Amino acid sequence: MNKFLRNLFKRKSHVKLGLYGPPNGGKSTLANKICEDWLGESMSSVSHIAHETREIVIKEQISIKNKKGKELSFSLVDTPGIATRIDYEDFIKRGMKNTMAKKRAKEATKGVIDSIKWLDTMEAVVVVLDSTQDPYSQVNITIMGNLVARDIPVLIAANKVDLKRSNMDRIKAAFPQYNVVGISAKYGKNVDEFYEELFKVVK
Amino acid sequence: MVTFQFIPYGEVEYLSSAKRINRLLNIVKENKIVLMEGRLKKQEEADLIEITMEEINSKFRGIELSVIYPDNKHDGMKKVKTHVMNALLGDRRGMTIIGPANVVRKIEQNPDKIELFTRDSKKRRR
Repeated sequence: MNKFLRNLFKRKSHVKLGLYGPPNGGKSTLANKICEDWLGESMSSVSHIAHETREIVIKEQISIKNKKGKELSFSLVDTPGIATRIDYEDFIKRGMKNTMAKKRAKEATKGVIDSIKWLDTMEAVVVVLDSTQDPYSQVNITIMGNLVARDIPVLIAANKVDLKRSNMDRIKAAFPQYNVVGISAKYGKNVDEFYEELFKVVK
Repeated sequence: MVTFQFIPYGEVEYLSSAKRINRLLNIVKENKIVLMEGRLKKQEEADLIEITMEEINSKFRGIELSVIYPDNKHDGMKKVKTHVMNALLGDRRGMTIIGPANVVRKIEQNPDKIELFTRDSKKRRR
């Protein structure tokens, strides 16, 4: 019923588009690429240390155009990476001081909770996966399962295809029922195809 | 030494989602690895992650979670039958493995195989 009412009253031309996935998949890098391409400014800070994004970041009113001139308008929601474990000692190993590591871990746990809570408000989601990593993680499967259960359209962005260890086939095999587009958000590789796929998913 | 605790589906079947998750998490927080018959609902898996995050502290660093689930490639009546059975009896197929992050370093999952790496051992195969 909620879904029906949401569909009835939502403006089809303006949706809330979420970037979801495990930490360090490149969600914020992709968010920045989208914003730089269409707004001329970046959105989130990025880091090689996991859990750099620990709060939901929203960019309103992004309009993109495809090759046919069709326009798609959305609010972009960059979410903290979803994880089942957060160990402050992992941050210490990456060179952080004890106090900062504990603070980051605490904020990261809150970020995961917020990401999950915000799932219900999304109208379409791009799941950003690191294509060099094993896609069969339970976090990925749980995210996908919850999106399906909520009937939210999904596009999988297999990121970091510029790296040698990237394996698109493994991601396609893990999630055969979804559209998967390989990109390098960092270097802008294949992002045009990503935008075209976005039009197919967000109708 | 690593302790595994088996939870038959019948043991959590009639619990509410919140109680079911708490039951599993309480065992994990005793540094035991849970082997549960069947699987949680999709929403319960998300709730499990959420509650785990709420409980993280200096001693409890989270969980490693994995689910082995048979491929659901049945057609027609068999698929309908499976859905009806799941709705009536709960989803008893497959197995859920939940381990404390300070004991289980990583669980690698392929569709029909799980490899569990503990903090101080090399490799265990299931």
